[in-house]
Amino acid sequence: MWTIGPIGFAAPWLLWALVVLPLLWLLLRAVPPAPKRLRFAGVALLLGLNDTDAQAARTPWWVMLLRMGAVAMLILAFSGPVLNPRAESDDTGPLIVMADGTWADAPIWSAQISRIDDILERAERRGRLVAFVVATDVLAGGLHFKPARDWRETLTGATPAAYAPNGADLAQAITALDRDANTIWLSSGVDFDGRKDVLAALEAKGRVSILELKRPIFALGPVSRTQQGVSTVVHRIGGLDAVEIAVSALGPDPSGVERVLGQTSLTVDVGETVVNIALRTELRNRVTRFEIENIRSAAAVQLVADRLKRPEVALIAGANEDSSVDLLSHLHYLRAAFGGISDVIEGEFGDLIAANPDVIVLADVARLAGGEAAALLDWTTKGGLLLRFAGPKLAASNVARDGVDPLLPVRLRAGGRTIGGAMSWGAPKGLRPFAETSPFYGLEVPSDVSVSAQVMAQPDPELATRVIATLVDGTPLVTRKPVGQGQVVLFHVTANAQWSTLPLSGVFVSMLQRLTAVSNNHGGDADDVSGQTLSPIAVLDGFGQVQDAGLQTSVAGDVFATARASKATPAGIYQAVQRAVALNVFTASDRLEPALWPASVQMLGSQDTDEVAMKPVFLSAALLALALDLLATLMVTGRVVFGRTAGGLAGGLIVAIGLMAPQNTRAQDDPDAFLRVASSELTLAYVLTGDEEVDAISRQGLLGLSQTLALRTSVEPSAPMGVDVETDPLGVFPILYWPMTPSQKALSAESYAKLNAYMRSGGMIFFDTRDGDISQFGRETPLGVKLRDIAYALDVPPLEPVPQDHVLTRTFYLLQGFPGRYVGADIWVQKSATSAQEIKGMPFRDLNDNVSPVIIGANDWASAWAVTDDGRALRPVGRGYGGERQREMAYRFGVNLILYVLTGSYKSDQVHVPALLERLGE
Amino acid sequence: MSDITAASRHLRAKAEQISDPLPDLLAKADQLARTLMMGGHGRRRAGNGSEFWQYRPAEAGDPARSIDWRRSGQSDGFFVREQEWQAAQSVHLWCDQSASMQFSSLKDHTTKRDRAGLLTMALSILLMNGGERVTLDALGIPPRSGTQQLRRIAQALCAPQNEEHGRPDAAPYLPKARSVMMSDFLGPLDGVEAAVALASERGIRGVLFQVLDPAEETFPYQGRTVFTSMGGGVSHETLRAGDLKARYLERLAARKDALQNLARHAGWQFTSHHTDTPARVGLLWLFQALEGGAH
Repeated sequence: MWTIGPIGFAAPWLLWALVVLPLLWLLLRAVPPAPKRLRFAGVALLLGLNDTDAQAARTPWWVMLLRMGAVAMLILAFSGPVLNPRAESDDTGPLIVMADGTWADAPIWSAQISRIDDILERAERRGRLVAFVVATDVLAGGLHFKPARDWRETLTGATPAAYAPNGADLAQAITALDRDANTIWLSSGVDFDGRKDVLAALEAKGRVSILELKRPIFALGPVSRTQQGVSTVVHRIGGLDAVEIAVSALGPDPSGVERVLGQTSLTVDVGETVVNIALRTELRNRVTRFEIENIRSAAAVQLVADRLKRPEVALIAGANEDSSVDLLSHLHYLRAAFGGISDVIEGEFGDLIAANPDVIVLADVARLAGGEAAALLDWTTKGGLLLRFAGPKLAASNVARDGVDPLLPVRLRAGGRTIGGAMSWGAPKGLRPFAETSPFYGLEVPSDVSVSAQVMAQPDPELATRVIATLVDGTPLVTRKPVGQGQVVLFHVTANAQWSTLPLSGVFVSMLQRLTAVSNNHGGDADDVSGQTLSPIAVLDGFGQVQDAGLQTSVAGDVFATARASKATPAGIYQAVQRAVALNVFTASDRLEPALWPASVQMLGSQDTDEVAMKPVFLSAALLALALDLLATLMVTGRVVFGRTAGGLAGGLIVAIGLMAPQNTRAQDDPDAFLRVASSELTLAYVLTGDEEVDAISRQGLLGLSQTLALRTSVEPSAPMGVDVETDPLGVFPILYWPMTPSQKALSAESYAKLNAYMRSGGMIFFDTRDGDISQFGRETPLGVKLRDIAYALDVPPLEPVPQDHVLTRTFYLLQGFPGRYVGADIWVQKSATSAQEIKGMPFRDLNDNVSPVIIGANDWASAWAVTDDGRALRPVGRGYGGERQREMAYRFGVNLILYVLTGSYKSDQVHVPALLERLGE
Repeated sequence: MSDITAASRHLRAKAEQISDPLPDLLAKADQLARTLMMGGHGRRRAGNGSEFWQYRPAEAGDPARSIDWRRSGQSDGFFVREQEWQAAQSVHLWCDQSASMQFSSLKDHTTKRDRAGLLTMALSILLMNGGERVTLDALGIPPRSGTQQLRRIAQALCAPQNEEHGRPDAAPYLPKARSVMMSDFLGPLDGVEAAVALASERGIRGVLFQVLDPAEETFPYQGRTVFTSMGGGVSHETLRAGDLKARYLERLAARKDALQNLARHAGWQFTSHHTDTPARVGLLWLFQALEGGAH
């Protein structure tokens, strides 16, 4: 390749043709434009009139220039011009190709892979031996040279890792290579420990070239709790312009489906930017991870596990005549004890149980209303901790006298006892150290705690197993009973200081902490896990996706305490004894450092490595010049008079150029206008996926279907419309065609609410995963998974494959298959009422149910329906006549579908059975 | 047998082809002629005729049967009743049908010949309605009147000629007759001059009627062009037709002046008519010119 400036030529010898141009000039110049021949009656009057200007015999210079330009452009075009040609080295020696393969590469991983493939391909062409290594994934056998072709085959399996490379190992592996080689290093742009050693090792082997893309790299710092919610830091290096990003908090909703719980948009410049996300307590407890939206990188994700969780405690006290006095209130000490470690809520029982707290404390409540008791029991069974305190009321009542109350751990004796009072012997009793089986084990028992009154447990065979704290004389002080997944705990003393000094002591707080759980705000501290073994339950891949941990080995707590994300300790969520802890890629001490390279390495222009073939540009220019020349020639020879025809031609040219410009068909800025257009006629709608090609196919598909409907039925829809489910109103559309694409984004909670309302009010969503060719036989496909991701929060009824007698099979045509571009994949509709029985002799059941709010299929109908604006089919279906037949059946299915949407179960009406029977030939 | 049928079919096809434009021309001309109101057409002097002209006292030599006894009874003298002289005029029409007249630049392709033919035909109808005798030079017969003559004229008008420019021949013209020469007069003028001179010698008065296409008046041509005459005999090449316009228009004006002079010297009248103006304008002018000439 021969280059001038930024342009290289693939066939430079063709440029010699430019030498001919001056010759062409002379030739063209000598030949005047061809005359036109006209009949004219007045020739006699013209005879003898000579031309005054002899120059006109030649072509005007500017027309010449235009033609020369056109020819020059053609010559240039065919000499294969390329903008920013890659410098092809003549090197044929061995080559080391290294990619960082870290999380920083993840957002551009496919581009990196294709770049590597390019490099390998060129190496293959030159027959070079290549050692290819992803820095984060050095194989145990070390590096070795292989033909480039072998590496290219394995390239697709390479994935970025959620950790930085191990510099020492890498340097060692490089040093161990048996021959010298030059290196191309595709750096992610982020520094890592030991990078200098690696570079030194590589430079010892040969010349090093660095290919680095200048681009912004983001990382999300650890999350800490604030008053209003949470706060974190977004780190960024690289790039120039401030970028708008959104940080989301994700976690399960009450039904266990993951969704966005909170989100903040912000503009991020290079450096560190603090982000605050407002989260209410309930939401904060549910958050499992934070991420920077649309950045597919492990560092853009912060797993929080249980760190932000605080138990929610509901306090309920029996009516207390002294409650006006704080220190005598049953709840005062509880409030104080729980205040620091959990979120306390108080209020009516009904409200509290609805809030589904982690702990409900009943202080001296003897009896609950029947419904309340049942609700409480139900809540406890599902895992709640019911914490009860005794008191005068409980002692006076006869609760749990005769049998075990489900909401009390033990039977109680009537009356209780008083120790050390004026009328009794003995001094107030202290606490006995906690037994090893007790959850309180390990807490130091202060000597100044004394109990002067308590309710007594009825001796019972099970009593011993239920006691978790006793007085020095062995009488139970705290008892516990599991109920379902939850438990009931009874303190046999009051929650205030009336019966004991326990609420005044520090051990009370510790006991409550032990009971209520599990985690608190100090939970992230590493020393907490020392001595334990942590088993990973979920790991983060380089793209920031949370994956099942699989067979990942457990990690000792001591190791974990100091661990960074690495191959042995991958970033993810680890299960400790009582709680889950997270190991993140980006920790509090981490900073994003750009990789700086010494002058000794060669920086390859990574930013403009994209070769741009200039041939189309030159050819277009030549064509344009020739078109102008046509106009000019016509004008010069007087065949057109400027201002009339030429104006028209020029106008046509401009329009043609305008038509070539890409158009944005979406113009729906005014919501009213949108509604007006959509509701003025029946309009079929499709969901805009963001993938231009898919959207275009959807539109043309629905256009084809609309035309078919207008031709064959009395349904005459207007032009189909694209709908953005996030912003556009849906209510006016009878059906939404929703093709799945891999790149679709998760919807916001409001959109789900809107879609659910749409489906409930009679709308139908027609999902098409468009992968009927591979999705049959229950195989899970990426698009199927995508559909599940998107539809998880939709109020989808139970589904079944379309039964043979479904109304869909006979709303207009009698159909048994529903082919689109593919044939055979099942389509799913709402499960029909099971009560409907097949009547003998009737071909179908009497199903007068609703229109299914959702239909799910995979046959890529839009492609089968799609027509160009002039009515020709856009995509091939099948082969030959059979294919056209299949397309026809696809249209028929479309007609049936729309009529099903519009007429519901009308055709299921038994009135039509005789006629249908006749047509069925039975 | 088949030869005869084939021949007759050929004959008939040809006949139809020839007669095809005839009714059209006749109808058009008739329609055009109707647009002009017929006025009085007397000779304004006593003579043979049906209309009353005047009573005059009888003179010696008047035959007795010429005396109008009813008028004479009212007075003492004898009066003779005179009728207005209504002798029919003879009109010779020359309509140039040469190739030059085939030119048209109009969108409806009205050639100069079409227009000239139409005017000739309409004028013939008008004149015959006025009782004149008309003939077309091409017919080679003396002026006559009647439908048969009209048909002959129409037939002759539909037969184009191939020569480049037409040339009138005044030799067979009747003395004291009238003449209408209709052409574009773009060819050599000597023929026209000779004909006009001959005609005026015989006391014939008439009209030179020039029919031109608008393109011939404006010369809207640009660029390198080869102009070829309609017959193909003459051609002229130019590299910039636009340049020639002024000089061409000068020549055309000179030509018109020459014709005007020719007409004035012979006591004739001259005008230019353009094919893009209504035919009625030309017909009206022609008719008035002939009427005026009657005085």
